[in-house]
Amino acid sequence: MTSTKKDPVLVVLQLSGGNDALNTIVPYGDPLYLDNRPNVRIPIDQVLPINDRIGFNPAMAPMKRLYDDGKVAIIQGVGYPSPSRSHFRSMDIWHTCEPDKVGDEGWLGRAVRDLDPEKTNVLTGVNFGRGLPRSLVAPGVPVASVGNLETYGVLTGIEIEEQRSKALDVFSRVYSPMLGQGPVLDYFAQTGLDALEGADILSTAPEMYSSSVEYGSDTVAQYMRNIAQTHLAGFGTRVLYTTAPYNSFDTHAGELANHTRLWTETSHAVADFYDDLKEHNAGDDVVLLVFTEFGRRVHDNGSGTDHGSGGVAFVVGEPVKGGLYGEYPSLEENKLLEGDLHFNNDFRGIYSTLLEKWMGLDAQPIVNGSFEQMDFI
Amino acid sequence: MANKEEIALMAHLMRRAGFGATYEELEARADKGYEATVEELLNPETQPAIQDDILMRYQPQWVSKAGLEGQQEEWTYRMINTKRPLEEKMALFWHHIFCTGHAKCEYPKQQNIELDMFRTLGFGNFEHLLMGLSADPAMVFYLDNCMSHKEAINENWGRELLELFSLGVGMDGNANYSEDDVKEAARAFTGWTVTNSIPRYPYGKYEAAFIYDPSDHDYGEKTFLGQTGNWNGEDIVNIVARQPAAARFVARHMYNFFVADEPQVPAWQNTPPRDPEAIKTLEDEYFRSNYDIRSMLRVLFNSDFFKNAQFEKVKSPTETVVGTMRLVGDFDMPRPGLNAMTLTIRYMGQDLLNPPTVEGWHTGREWIDSGTLVERINFTADAVGNTSHRGVQAIINRLGSQGDTISSEQLVDGCLQLLGHYQLADVTRNELVALADSEGTLNTGTDEFGQRVGQMLQSIVATTEYLFE
Repeated sequence: MTSTKKDPVLVVLQLSGGNDALNTIVPYGDPLYLDNRPNVRIPIDQVLPINDRIGFNPAMAPMKRLYDDGKVAIIQGVGYPSPSRSHFRSMDIWHTCEPDKVGDEGWLGRAVRDLDPEKTNVLTGVNFGRGLPRSLVAPGVPVASVGNLETYGVLTGIEIEEQRSKALDVFSRVYSPMLGQGPVLDYFAQTGLDALEGADILSTAPEMYSSSVEYGSDTVAQYMRNIAQTHLAGFGTRVLYTTAPYNSFDTHAGELANHTRLWTETSHAVADFYDDLKEHNAGDDVVLLVFTEFGRRVHDNGSGTDHGSGGVAFVVGEPVKGGLYGEYPSLEENKLLEGDLHFNNDFRGIYSTLLEKWMGLDAQPIVNGSFEQMDFI
Repeated sequence: MANKEEIALMAHLMRRAGFGATYEELEARADKGYEATVEELLNPETQPAIQDDILMRYQPQWVSKAGLEGQQEEWTYRMINTKRPLEEKMALFWHHIFCTGHAKCEYPKQQNIELDMFRTLGFGNFEHLLMGLSADPAMVFYLDNCMSHKEAINENWGRELLELFSLGVGMDGNANYSEDDVKEAARAFTGWTVTNSIPRYPYGKYEAAFIYDPSDHDYGEKTFLGQTGNWNGEDIVNIVARQPAAARFVARHMYNFFVADEPQVPAWQNTPPRDPEAIKTLEDEYFRSNYDIRSMLRVLFNSDFFKNAQFEKVKSPTETVVGTMRLVGDFDMPRPGLNAMTLTIRYMGQDLLNPPTVEGWHTGREWIDSGTLVERINFTADAVGNTSHRGVQAIINRLGSQGDTISSEQLVDGCLQLLGHYQLADVTRNELVALADSEGTLNTGTDEFGQRVGQMLQSIVATTEYLFE
């Protein structure tokens, strides 16, 4: 466990669309990689070597730097039994830890409930993006969802500040009397007042923040900056979440160009976030998980790759024991699963490690079972 | 001329049997009469359909129906602009119950074929509708009946047909069917399958067709709900439709969707209906009319229990967004921005054609959490505060025609009236009057007047009362 006195914080970055594990941590020493990727292949001499078998995609130099400093755990061969190759279903499984039936509670929604059972802080969980990912959904658990931290709030369409503050004043005064007026109105009133309170608090984060780190202009970078701002503002937020939008990692076509851009942006965003926290002496409290719903097909389709299984995940942060975890899945034909990489690390083991060793929660009821934990914390 | 009560009742009818209406439409319909309007709504073929050819010129991607967001846009556009509001409302009603999900189907065109079936069969005989559903390719695939074989049955469709689509787990504290009934239903439906799906790449997707494969049907004897015979799928549907539980099932769903929020479906076995007499009335009509949905709806809309249930139901995200667009008169053409507008329905918690589970969406208060509430209030407030919208202009002009100045009470009450006779708690109304007072005299001929009407509309749509319809 860590020596910090502050509460541990978990940040999650979701790479939607299915990141191609083979072109992320590249098995450049394996001739089967060359055979299977006649077109969609990272040139071997450009790979940033980890050892003589595998290395980082050349667009990931910022994350390679953190890896060399021992701050990045690479979880290889991540997945779950009987993998789904549907984006939605597989993401659902990652969100709810329910591979066999459709679940309605997210693992982080449950974690937020366990972290703050009395709901004393409306900002225990915060999502950056529009709409709440199911990972953060649990009945009765308030989680703020912020489209834009600079402009987040209730009635933000009212442009004249004086009018807006009057309208918000009225808002709080018409919601308060509904408390206690029956279960439904009481719930709506409390939810409205929570949203208003959360927005009020969050709106102060940008002005409290200053940093020498300049993030990129892409969505992930801006949201990682918002996450740093929110964490540094000290609102007691314990779980922060954001998503690479538009299923952007779904590289069926034009993969080499797109994937390079995606990882250039994403690895800069991750390293900028790390540097930003370090600059503010706040890195000891934060662990970042980067995941995707599945890896992609071993053999390329000419210009991209189709949906597969067996992905790669990253855990990043000051408290992290960097290195390689799990085994790189074999590319040998008889060891593939319908043309895809076999997983050897259940993602629920990563979750369990983060929940128990880092957040200090009982993981079993959150991930629906006991799974082997890892040593990256 | 219709009086205020008649217009308020018409506003209620149009919100529930449609997606709301402008005040001008409400007045015209109230003049025509309540029962006449109910009949018009129940017979959508008497009204013109949307001109598809024009739509497809603006939105060519709607022709291929290959993407989820495009299909959501198209349906939302139809709900906003249809002259047959109950037809789209019934498609939404059945989609809430008989949902298939994009997460598994991954082909919106196939799901749209199912929606079209709801539009055509959704007003008719419930047994026919269940038959259509049993042979709908999206459903056959979604619930794995194509994976059910005479040597190895897959129970998914057999179970959900009984649990979620026709009977429910139980009623009045008793179970409606047994595990054996699930297995026997699944056996009877063996051989009900779809043509092989063609790989998506490189040519895109193709619709599947329903086929019955007699060589994969289990011809053995089955005992289902106490009746023994060599049953096939049609027989199962026929037996199901005549169960008292089927009448209860349809009645409670109709009540929850059109009248007032009920407890959620899993609670129905042990939680009695909110209004048992209303449910009994609908059940009786189910059997009297030979399972005719249109007849049940006629009884429902003309009943006192419906007319007395104003503002007893939380609006769904679809009702919120579509109703707001109809009110302000936006997106009467498929202009750019349609995608962003449609996505707000998802952000408010209802991803159309992609429900969270086969159980569909939980409704009522469960639509609201701190994230969806902010999305809902901000979207609605932005729309009604935009004084360039045709519908907002109409409200401003109408309020302004009352004299050179109007009072704060006239502003608040007038806005509530023109939004569809909304009602606020006294404490809420007093706050809004005080807000208007604080801004000084309301001189109707000025630009400022329009702004102040817009602000008042924004404050009204942000209230808890406006979450209901």
